[in-house]
Amino acid sequence: MKKLLASIVPFALAAIIGAGPAVAAEGEGGGTPHYPIHHLKEQSWSFAGPFGTYDKGQLQRGLKVYTEVCAACHSMNLVAFRTLEDLGYSEEQVKAFAANYEVQDGPNDEGEMFTRTAIPADHFPSPFPNAQAAAYANNGAVPPDFSLLAKARYVERGFPQFIFDIFTGYNESGPNYIYSLLTGYEEAPAGVEIAEGTHYNPYFISSAALAMAKPIDDGAVTYDDGSPETLDQYAHDVAAFMMWAAEPHMEERKRTGFMVILFLAIFSSLMYLTKKSVFANKDH
Amino acid sequence: MSSDHSTYQPATGFGKWMDARLPLMRMVHDSFVSYPVPRNLNYAYTFGGILMVMLVVQLLTGIVLAMHYAADTAIAFQSVEKIMRDVNSGWLLRYMHANGASFFFVAVYIHIARGMYYGSYKAPREVLWILGVVILLLMMATAFMGYVLPWGQMSFWGATVITGFFTAFPGIGEPIQQLLLGGFAVDNPTLNRFFSLHYLLPFMITGVVILHVWALHVTGQTNPTGVEVKSKTDTVPFTPYATVKDGLAMSVFLMVFAYFIFFMPNFLGHADNYIPADSLKTPAHIVPEWYFLPFYAILRAITFNIGPIDSKLGGVLAMFGSIAVLFVLPWLDTSKVRSAVYRPWYKLFFWIFVANAIFLGWLGAKPAEGVYTTMAQVATLYYFAFFLVILPVLGLIETPKRLPNSITEAVLAKKGGNGGAAASAAASPETRG
Repeated sequence: MKKLLASIVPFALAAIIGAGPAVAAEGEGGGTPHYPIHHLKEQSWSFAGPFGTYDKGQLQRGLKVYTEVCAACHSMNLVAFRTLEDLGYSEEQVKAFAANYEVQDGPNDEGEMFTRTAIPADHFPSPFPNAQAAAYANNGAVPPDFSLLAKARYVERGFPQFIFDIFTGYNESGPNYIYSLLTGYEEAPAGVEIAEGTHYNPYFISSAALAMAKPIDDGAVTYDDGSPETLDQYAHDVAAFMMWAAEPHMEERKRTGFMVILFLAIFSSLMYLTKKSVFANKDH
Repeated sequence: MSSDHSTYQPATGFGKWMDARLPLMRMVHDSFVSYPVPRNLNYAYTFGGILMVMLVVQLLTGIVLAMHYAADTAIAFQSVEKIMRDVNSGWLLRYMHANGASFFFVAVYIHIARGMYYGSYKAPREVLWILGVVILLLMMATAFMGYVLPWGQMSFWGATVITGFFTAFPGIGEPIQQLLLGGFAVDNPTLNRFFSLHYLLPFMITGVVILHVWALHVTGQTNPTGVEVKSKTDTVPFTPYATVKDGLAMSVFLMVFAYFIFFMPNFLGHADNYIPADSLKTPAHIVPEWYFLPFYAILRAITFNIGPIDSKLGGVLAMFGSIAVLFVLPWLDTSKVRSAVYRPWYKLFFWIFVANAIFLGWLGAKPAEGVYTTMAQVATLYYFAFFLVILPVLGLIETPKRLPNSITEAVLAKKGGNGGAAASAAASPETRG
């Protein structure tokens, strides 16, 4: 009986589990196309892995790319100027940076709204007064807010890759996506129909083309730290900056996590020894 | 809780005074110190304690989160982000709470699987089992409503889809849906009542957990042999034996939990929930949280009409039925033998059931089209056949292996590999080294 079972179980399990991916692969051949068309270009990031930290120089460059290029259309509502101290700026520098912006305030004593110079407590102001204005100015598509974008884009990796991702600690789908999209614009291949006013990009998550034209290219932003002024560098820097904007407490989180895991590992070892000695004289 | 094992001796004058008036310490002592548990419990039996810890984690983090959260569609999303960015350790609280829901379900599914494997639901533990299923239902409702609170895209569209199930019922369906929503569509009244219920239900869970533990202490625990406790040598006192084993398992479980909180905090969630809810933009795929995926696959597997029941109602009935069938499980299993250890065929079908449930979970995340639907139908068929056909029939035709006479005999046989010697040693285990 035992032998019979031993021979049946693996087959039954293999039949059930094996059927999945095999048939799934078949299903992907035709019918509805899957987006993005290409797999993401996986980059190496300073903030990846259990001990990853942000590269402050890179975040500062990313901020520069954002303010000089992206901020023309993309808001970043949830990020306050004061948090820019995380990027290595002094309080004075943050004050000076905020002073570049005008924000609406009020009503004043006369009941009127007014604009004033921004202070560190303010958030980045939006380039458009409302979503309708943003859509009207951008061919009907609202440019997404940048505050959480690096966490709001995840490209499916499929079975069994998503299992491996747990062990490798893969959390960089967002920045990889942003990098791939920015560097992924190309001519639409022959035979691919693109709606008018959209731009082909095989890395775009929800269709073959998007409303945003290629936003940045070599030499668009001047760096003062000697980093290469190339599209590749800009895409890396702004993606890293957006990861910071979405997850500003990541470094603290990973540091705390290391201590917690260390504590629990030691505690578990002690519990194991205690358990062993408690059960030493008791068969169980 | 029976007091025949009560060994509580108040040590202080105040203790004696209190014990004569409200013997609270005696109850705690009898339930968690001198309470006898089978000596052969393995680590599968530690998940009850782990679930207690998870319930407390969720209650504590949830109460603090509620101090900072605002249940208003205009600011709910921002209030959650304020917790993540500006509240002291707010990111930690929120990641603990969000991942805590997932790990609550990890633990409860293992707990349920253990109950099924060792036949813990059989007489005299039917009420204990039913109370457990009630807890599972309450947990599902709580988790679903909690997922709506951040008011992201998946919150909104998940709420729309799930409350939409109720419209499948003829006549009463729409009134029920409108009562749930507080209107004709998911909106501010929905968010407000979900928040209120999300705060209420965990306390109801706590109440049912108390009944569940009470019922457990009346019947006593099962054990891997499925043979009832017969003598004092079959048991060990809860403290230190079960306490230290539960403690070790909790610590290891918390380590895995911590890994997700600190290093993969968004892995178990859906990226779309970092996009604020937008009633005009439907996400490409609306997927529930991973712990609902098997039931979601069952829902979508019914693509055909059965007589007067259309496919939508059929799907909803199948989904609710997949949980409801658990309530009658004690009466579906006709076997006299509890533990799968002594039931070779049941063991096989049980593990296929587990693989099938995981497979359904995978299908639930796939689009409901083409081969996926066919596979989901086959898997759904097995899910119900396991309960409604295999369990009743198997109990009648299966030849179980020989059961040990007692827990002590089983333990000593495993240890010594010699039944005869073990049996004689069992008579006086206290004298053994």
